Amino acid sequence: MKSALAEPNQLRIVEFLRNGPRPVGAIGAALRLNQPQVSKHLRVLKEARLVEVEPRAQQRLYGLRAEPLRELNEWLEHYRLIWDERLDQLDELIEELKNKEEEKANGRRKKR
Amino acid sequence: MVAGRKGEPMKQNRTSMDRTSDREIVIKRTFRAPAEIVFDAFTKPEHVRRWWAPKSRGVTLVECDADVRPGGAYRYVLARGKAERFAFSGKYLEIARPTRLVYTESFEPMPGEAVVTVSFEERDGSTTLVSHELYPSKEALDAALSSGMEDGMRETFEQLEELVASLRG
Repeated sequence: MKSALAEPNQLRIVEFLRNGPRPVGAIGAALRLNQPQVSKHLRVLKEARLVEVEPRAQQRLYGLRAEPLRELNEWLEHYRLIWDERLDQLDELIEELKNKEEEKANGRRKKR
Repeated sequence: MVAGRKGEPMKQNRTSMDRTSDREIVIKRTFRAPAEIVFDAFTKPEHVRRWWAPKSRGVTLVECDADVRPGGAYRYVLARGKAERFAFSGKYLEIARPTRLVYTESFEPMPGEAVVTVSFEERDGSTTLVSHELYPSKEALDAALSSGMEDGMRETFEQLEELVASLRG
């Protein structure tokens, strides 16, 4: 069994489309893939029902289907939240260390 | 009035995370401090003790040893309740304070190890930390992502993967 996201470029397209629906040209330009490559990957993603086409004015926009991706994103989002919390805590510590250093520097200046 | 300036919604999105391939994750965050401070806070055990455990999840860091030099080893152990222990360990491959750090990381019950490259880029007094995690396989990254998760959610995800695979035929 192989999921549609096992192919790195398909995963990159999915990640890119998290920013919103885009035409083939924009996807290719952003990810440095030629149009036939992008079309091929989009076809697979469409068949896997991860991506859908949305006609808008003269263009065909490719966007993520909300349902399956919501869960995929939840998974990544969960890991992101763990790191977000860690880095919030790191941020507080860094502020504290920075203030200490500044106090030390001020102390040295006063002594002079 | 600037709504949400100091509120939670602003705070929540300061860490960006992207899955750049099926076995890579990139985490990014900017701190308002010089690179030396960020690097030390990120590596020194006495500092790591203060931030590495995601506390809101009822997890604490019960062991934190790190010999921060090339070839040196580290081991961090998280605990939840009395029975659950999660140990992460590895070795430092490269240390270039305050700009770059490379180390291996394994979650002890899992085979294989990730290579984590962290860069610290200082600009106008702020430092952007970029952590690039490269896993030995897609399965290893999937396992790492799901490691902190409730079992129910992990199951949901496995089912989803099967669904996606079956939809492809």
